[in-house]
Amino acid sequence: MDFVAVTAFGILYTIATLILLALGLAVIFGMMGVINLAQAEFLMVGAYTVLAVTAHGASVWIGIAVAPVVVGLLGLVIERTIIRFLYGRILDTMLATWGLSLGLVGLVTLVFGPTTEGIATPLGHFTVGEYRLSVYSVFVILMAFAVLGLTYGLFNYTRFGLVARATMQNPNMVSALGVNPARVYMGTFAFGAALAGLGGGVMAPLTGVVPTLGLAFIAKIFITVIVGGPVILLGTTTAGAVLGLVESLVSYGSTPIYGQVAMLAFAIILLRLLPQGISGFWRRGV
Amino acid sequence: MTAWALWAVAVVVVAALPAVLSLFQIVQLTVFMIYSLLALSLDLIWGFGGILSFGQAAFFGVGGYFYGIVGINSGSTTLALTAGVAGAAGLAALLGYFTFYGRVGAMYFAVITLTVTLILHQVMGTTADPRYAVGQARLGGYNGMTNIPSLALEAPGRAPLTLDPVQLFYVVGGLLLLVLALTRALVRSSFGRVLGAIREDELRTELLGYDPRWRKLVTFAISGGIAGLAGGLFAGWGNFMNPQVFSMFQSALVVIWVMVGGRGTLYGAVVGTLVVQSLTNYLGTASVTYTTVALGAVLVVIVLLFPRGLVPAIGGAVRRVSGRRPPAPEFAR
Repeated sequence: MDFVAVTAFGILYTIATLILLALGLAVIFGMMGVINLAQAEFLMVGAYTVLAVTAHGASVWIGIAVAPVVVGLLGLVIERTIIRFLYGRILDTMLATWGLSLGLVGLVTLVFGPTTEGIATPLGHFTVGEYRLSVYSVFVILMAFAVLGLTYGLFNYTRFGLVARATMQNPNMVSALGVNPARVYMGTFAFGAALAGLGGGVMAPLTGVVPTLGLAFIAKIFITVIVGGPVILLGTTTAGAVLGLVESLVSYGSTPIYGQVAMLAFAIILLRLLPQGISGFWRRGV
Repeated sequence: MTAWALWAVAVVVVAALPAVLSLFQIVQLTVFMIYSLLALSLDLIWGFGGILSFGQAAFFGVGGYFYGIVGINSGSTTLALTAGVAGAAGLAALLGYFTFYGRVGAMYFAVITLTVTLILHQVMGTTADPRYAVGQARLGGYNGMTNIPSLALEAPGRAPLTLDPVQLFYVVGGLLLLVLALTRALVRSSFGRVLGAIREDELRTELLGYDPRWRKLVTFAISGGIAGLAGGLFAGWGNFMNPQVFSMFQSALVVIWVMVGGRGTLYGAVVGTLVVQSLTNYLGTASVTYTTVALGAVLVVIVLLFPRGLVPAIGGAVRRVSGRRPPAPEFAR
């Protein structure tokens, strides 16, 4: 019985991390149609922000609060200097952000060195029967669903969300109604970057911090968002649940690496059957 | 007429180089030509098929590992090279079936090929344990696969003759010119013309009665096979293979070679590779980290300033200065 509870908790945790990490990409790629290959490096910069804050003696929680601000500003700068020249040129955007990704990994390696730095995981443990679980992973699960809910609320119930969705649908009409679409793109991109920074910051104490941190996640989060399909937030959540389930079940049976392979194979077969993604047949929305 | 003259010059140059260069330079140039084959494979699928694949490094690596596994177990490098080409082409065909027949969009395709490469990187990295072996060949994890046999000439009834560096240079150079000629013939055939039409307007081509799916599949499999050939030659050149061939860095390099040389020209891929690799070697005394930063910056700058390639942009500038009209492109863009 305890084993079942702990396994279920593990699966829930895998799904929650997938959602938390993929959410920023869901906004940037799903809404704006920008394939940002530097997304994983946004996660990495978020994690390094937490490392830098804790290294100066502040608590992890302050680091997690600062990470989205730092990465959001980074996203703002990148949007202004690179991305805005490339809207509508999807493959060129991919190539440029790929260069950006390599450059960011290189720069962080120059500043912080190539070694893995640990951050102490706060909050301690609790026990279920004979199993010990970390309280922090409960925090990660709660955080994932809270951020998901806030993002959903932001895009569906606020004026910014309304204008952003309208801009993605028809920038010319929005522009005729007196809104500057360039600013909306800028804000949405920075918001997506901030979400990635938050995700990287929250995961930092669990994964350890290393310049190539993003590589471990980039494949997963892109597959999740692609399989999610056109209904961005709920599609990503559903895809995260399905793929997270496949990954954790195979991982329990063998090793985490085979879990990832199974997840990728499953995703490719799923895309053969549902080319529009899981949410392809749903009503269009956010 | 001029085309034949250029081919003749290319053959003569390859034939004459070993007489001029030092042994070290010959060995270096051999690996640059192997990389040129890899760049050529990307130009075929990207420049002519209009499909951006980030997975060429994966096919290169798969070709190399297949060459190593079959070469170590059978001792025959001809068989090993064939296995490398077939393995890579087979993986490309499998991937192409799921994506092209699933009608996955161009950007999804690019992301999926990148994902496959990254996961291969991680999977091969976990094979350090001795139990991960195919017959005699240990995969070796991040330490890599060692003792891969050098490429040898094999004739029935005789002992295999292992190639020395100059002979290997001739074999690789000959293969490069051969593949260049064959891909050029392919893109100028009726198959290649339809491929160009699919690149320009897939829906219209399909409505004219051509099935784009199997044409893309075949092109992608050929491209994967060429990358696999390059990988096999690379393994036979260095006697070593490790998961680093599947890294982001390596995948990005392939794209940069083609972007510098200009897409859709085939020979541009070769020129781009030779230029970039020579420069990297020249500057490469600094650490890998600096090279990574520089590589990233180059990619961003080329995309922002010279989206059609560096060599074509320089050519265009020269033409503008000298006031000559540009030649008609092979395909109107």
